[in-house]
Amino acid sequence: MQTLSLTVNGRRIERSVEPRLLLSDFLRHDVELTGTHVGCEHGVCGACTVLVDGEAVRSCLMFAVQAEAARVDTVESLGSEHALHPLQEAFRDAHALQCGFCTPGMLMTLVPFLRDHPSPGELEIRHALSGNLCRCTGYANIVKAVALAAERMREAGAAPGAAE
Amino acid sequence: MKPATFIYHRASSLDDALALLAEHPDAKPLAGGPSLIPAMNFRLSQPAALVDLNAAGDLSGISQSPGGGIRIGAMTRHAAVERSDLVRDFAPLLREAMPHVAHPQIRNRGTIGGSIAHADPSAEVPGVMLALDATFVARSRGGERRIAARDFFTGLFATALEPGELLVAVELPARAPRSGSAFLEVARRHGDFALAGAAADVTLDARGHIARARLALISVADRPILAAAADALVGREPAEDAIRSVAEAARDALDPPADIHADARYRRQLAEVLARRALTQAVRRASAG
Amino acid sequence: MTRLVGQPVKRNEDARLLTGRAQFVDDVHLPGMLHAAFLRSEHAHARLRAVDLSRARQRPGVIAAFAADDLGDYWAPGPLLVPPPPIPDLVFRHAPQVPLARGKLRYVGEPIAVVIAESRYVAEDALADIIVDAEPLPAVVQLEAALAPDAPRIHEQLDSNVAAHALQTTGSYAKARAKAHRVIKRRFHYDRGASAAIENRGVVAAWDASAEEMTIWDTTQAPIPIRNGLAAMLGLPESQVRVIAPFVGGGFGPKIMMFYPEEVVIPWAARAIGRPVKWIEDRRENFTATTQERSQIHDAEIALAKDGRILGVHDVFLHDTGAYDPYGLTVPINSQCTLLGPYKVPNYSSEFTAVFTNTPIVTPVRGAGRQHGVFVMERLLDLAARELGIDRLEIRRRNFIRPGEFPYDHKIIFQDFKPLVYDSGNYEPALAKASALIGYDRFVREEQPRARSEGRQLGIGVVAYVEGTGIGPYEGARVTVEPSGRVRLATGVGTQGQGHFTSFAQIVADQLGVGPDEVHVVTGDTRTFSWGTGTFASRGAVVAGSACHAAAAAVREKAIAKTAELLGVKPKHVSIGGGRVYLERDPSKGFTLGELAQKANPLRGGVTPGTEPGLEATKYFGPERGSTANGVHAMIVEVDRETAQVEIKRYVVVHDCGTQLNPMIVEGQIHGGVAFGIGNAFYEQLVFDDGGQLLNASFMDYLLPTALDVPAIELGHVETPSPLNPLGTKGVGEAGAIPTGALFAQAVENALAGTGVEITEIPLSPSRLFTLIADSRRVGPVPAAAPSARGRALCLEGTYDFGGSPGDVYALLLDPRVLASVMPGTKRLDRNGDRYDGVLDVGIGPVSAAEFALEVVVADQIVGEQYAMRIEARGKLGFVSGTARVRLASNGAGTRMSYSAELQVGGTIAAVGQRMLDSVSKAMSAQALKALERSLRARGAASTPTGAAS
Repeated sequence: MQTLSLTVNGRRIERSVEPRLLLSDFLRHDVELTGTHVGCEHGVCGACTVLVDGEAVRSCLMFAVQAEAARVDTVESLGSEHALHPLQEAFRDAHALQCGFCTPGMLMTLVPFLRDHPSPGELEIRHALSGNLCRCTGYANIVKAVALAAERMREAGAAPGAAE
Repeated sequence: MKPATFIYHRASSLDDALALLAEHPDAKPLAGGPSLIPAMNFRLSQPAALVDLNAAGDLSGISQSPGGGIRIGAMTRHAAVERSDLVRDFAPLLREAMPHVAHPQIRNRGTIGGSIAHADPSAEVPGVMLALDATFVARSRGGERRIAARDFFTGLFATALEPGELLVAVELPARAPRSGSAFLEVARRHGDFALAGAAADVTLDARGHIARARLALISVADRPILAAAADALVGREPAEDAIRSVAEAARDALDPPADIHADARYRRQLAEVLARRALTQAVRRASAG
Repeated sequence: MTRLVGQPVKRNEDARLLTGRAQFVDDVHLPGMLHAAFLRSEHAHARLRAVDLSRARQRPGVIAAFAADDLGDYWAPGPLLVPPPPIPDLVFRHAPQVPLARGKLRYVGEPIAVVIAESRYVAEDALADIIVDAEPLPAVVQLEAALAPDAPRIHEQLDSNVAAHALQTTGSYAKARAKAHRVIKRRFHYDRGASAAIENRGVVAAWDASAEEMTIWDTTQAPIPIRNGLAAMLGLPESQVRVIAPFVGGGFGPKIMMFYPEEVVIPWAARAIGRPVKWIEDRRENFTATTQERSQIHDAEIALAKDGRILGVHDVFLHDTGAYDPYGLTVPINSQCTLLGPYKVPNYSSEFTAVFTNTPIVTPVRGAGRQHGVFVMERLLDLAARELGIDRLEIRRRNFIRPGEFPYDHKIIFQDFKPLVYDSGNYEPALAKASALIGYDRFVREEQPRARSEGRQLGIGVVAYVEGTGIGPYEGARVTVEPSGRVRLATGVGTQGQGHFTSFAQIVADQLGVGPDEVHVVTGDTRTFSWGTGTFASRGAVVAGSACHAAAAAVREKAIAKTAELLGVKPKHVSIGGGRVYLERDPSKGFTLGELAQKANPLRGGVTPGTEPGLEATKYFGPERGSTANGVHAMIVEVDRETAQVEIKRYVVVHDCGTQLNPMIVEGQIHGGVAFGIGNAFYEQLVFDDGGQLLNASFMDYLLPTALDVPAIELGHVETPSPLNPLGTKGVGEAGAIPTGALFAQAVENALAGTGVEITEIPLSPSRLFTLIADSRRVGPVPAAAPSARGRALCLEGTYDFGGSPGDVYALLLDPRVLASVMPGTKRLDRNGDRYDGVLDVGIGPVSAAEFALEVVVADQIVGEQYAMRIEARGKLGFVSGTARVRLASNGAGTRMSYSAELQVGGTIAAVGQRMLDSVSKAMSAQALKALERSLRARGAASTPTGAAS
């Protein structure tokens, strides 16, 4: 067993874990943040995407011990049911989810993408999403949701700055 | 799909990593992990111990080298390479290949050195390294040595690295004026392993004749290869028929493997077409810039 | 009165899903919970002699391990889910799957034993401790080979591998053919794919010994039948078993299958151990343990009049049912019926043989056999159009059933046991709309020739289909108004993303005059509703939706009657809306729904005889027969002839699913269906080798389309309400996926017009398309080939010349020291007579668990001339087995050796290592020849290798 200390969704966590424990299993079962989903465990489907130090990574392709001293953020760090994050809101408005299983991974991929690309074009959005598989939606509404979220986030971000 | 047990060592620096590897000869170095960890999850790979290089800060970074080229630390993530202005300016071929490396989340974790040392015959980075005449810096407790990319890939997932030796950096030579490059690949889906790919790097002389031509092909042999056929271009005008015959000659030299996604005949065809298109584009870019 | 039905109401379930708070099966955490892992067959076909669990049981952290015999009387073959329909002379032979294999292994992935441990990690460790004694048998994989008289039999109690045979006819095809102007005949292949829901399957079971209650969380599309079946198996009253299908991460058909071995074993184990047990399928398991669909081979023929009218169709096909056939004949009967499409086919003969193979079980996957029928018919019509010189759209138009001809009886039996009668439809406007949306005329007249003149290959396709949806038998719903005024709706169908929480709420909200978010929907929990069948065959919204409508209408009537009674007016003067029921001419007089609920449930006083308490009603709906949705899809593609890459440039869908309950959800279903269809057409194929090993059991090699592969979809709608249900709706869940293969084939073929390429198979791939293009330049017909790459994983052959007499060489080759130097990675090799035992370590790159125990037996020896080596290598990663043959002959100066080997690879190396196998075998044989050369040179024999691995 190895001691592990990290920050998950702003909360400091210390645990003792087996080195082979995948970060995805650590988050889901040890920290009981089950919003991070597991779909393939070989780094293709993207359902387990979380942020490690602000960047989107597959949590099934990291051992929990590798997150020592890291800042990890999961879907639970976004909005709540009654106060959705603008990206979540846009997903709902654009019907960008059906079974919803891949959705947390999609959201966690898109949060840093929109941070780095506030005005993305359709092809850019599709590239950003290409590492997240969805079997239900055919992606069209997800693409729409991202564009919608970007627009709303720009407007919200632009509002305070408009006075300058 | 859970990995088997292993002993975990976290290296805090290059020296620490070399010491750990020397101390634990059964340990495998762990770079970004996008190839090793899936293999471990499938239990194809069951190393007794891992030396995690991710905390060895001195292994990453991109800098300009005195000779005019650039040096990329082995643990530099693909995403950092993709965003680097130095890479854009000094190794546009590498930059062009980056978006083909899997997907954004993988590029946030995967490293240049990991990709090279893994030596997957379908991987983009090793092919680019061949086309750019890269030099790899390897270090062990016994010292440092430099290995030319063309001497590095020795077989299927096999490299010239010795046990206990780590790839620490990549050195890319200075870029001559009137150079152009192009990277093209065909994969089943964007980000998949290439069915075939071509990296071309061409330099023209003052008269517009070809002074240097490199054509690297991936996913058409047990390792990335440099097509010797490209040498025939040197000293010639970059005419369409010359390029066409080089691409054909490159194809004829191949005996590619078959898999469920591409049989050997299709791979040969792709190699020829991509070689022709990549060389054509590289020449066009060299002439333009 | 309809307000919400028909509106794009946003989904009630989304907030929970978007915030990661929706509960899926793997999210269930219970105190003391254990974790299960299954040991699965590495062989497609083998006799199972013994399973030794003793070492696994001793591993620290392992609580229990069970094989078939440990289940005692609980072990029993599964039920037949869907009995065969009443087709005259139909043959059906039921071979049900079993909970854990006993006596025989019939497909790779079939469960043999289960380990239950403190963690999944430890449970997987323990799988490697289990020793299975299995004797491999020849595998039956190809459909035609399976029917050969001498084919190995998969089920020994049967006299062949025939699972079923059925013939349905209408009219006389022979007569139609006799008077036909043209007859066109082709063979069509459709190959297998996976459902690949992003959530794998899972089961959690908890036994409460004091209450004698079993609770099971299951990723099923059919919680109620699962509950009923498990109660019977466990010997418990149905009321003591609760099955919950919480949020399910995609179904697509296979999650309706029952009973999966894991569903049977996990609850039993939880009761036996007395602790909750969780099993979550991993992705690799999913590729063989979850059911699949689609392999069929059709020999089809169409007889045509000169004007393109269809006189008759004749189709004989083989249907692959996999190793067992628990799901009956739903899939091939759908193929048989869906072939007819929107067309009048006066003379039809369709005959199929369902075939057992040593491959995973086949049950419906989104489309459920309909794809095949559409593919065959649409391809025949494309060929007919070309041969008769009629436009592709026009030939379809000429054969459409006219709007005045409904209900239209095709005079054959459908999967719901009812005659195939179309309830309604209007096909011509759909075709016209699709044609207009995609700009068919302009494309054919201008764009395509222009592109062609620029050297670009653009193609267009347009196909039409009809889909039987919304079949019976029935579903039910209970609507309850709570005293708080909140409306609760319970129904038995589970949801896997279809938005039932929302569309059902819309239906109920309309009746009760409340907002959709005021209707709280509970689905998929047998405790809240315990009658029903499940979500399948595009029926949830149609059948359960109609039941919701009926129950809500009954509650509405009650509320109105109660209000009328309380106000002393006639019910017709009472209105409902805004959460209130009130006097129409004076809305201030009335009650909220909550008040009425309280008044309808008095604690004291008398009630009117014959009335029921509460504002609640339970109603059931069973349609007379399925309603038929239809549509037209159109597509423009560009093909790069040099690289055989295909880009979908536009995709148009015009769809008629009757009344749309929620157009936003309908649109989503179509988008998703089309993406599924595109996957089927060009990306997804399960590739089994001749030994029955699945060669692409991972998302690296099984290719789901990504956001870069699925185009934007342009939608148009036609609405022909169904007369078969009060909502007028038809199913939509599978629609998008059904015609895509046929469409893709037509569009690609059109792009390659003039090359002679004819596409008679789906899925395609760039490699296969390249072969078709390259071979079409040959004179004569293109050789028919099975659509997938088959054969054995490792094939080596070559010749080798060297000095020395055949006799000397013979002795040399069998010298264990020489053999050890030739075999890759030999760590040890001992000879014992004709037998060699050793250990190989063939680790390559990241593969480091590659130690194999090797056994070689030399046979068929003629000293100095030939011998064979039976090779068995077995390790953690699987096995390599087969025979290598060596022949020696004098070539004048020395000896020529010819060698060949066909080796079967199984286990993890086969499942996820296919990309490397060819290179590995090449490298190994090169290495072996080099080593041989060295050995021979050391002994003074000169040599010249002339062979190579292939």
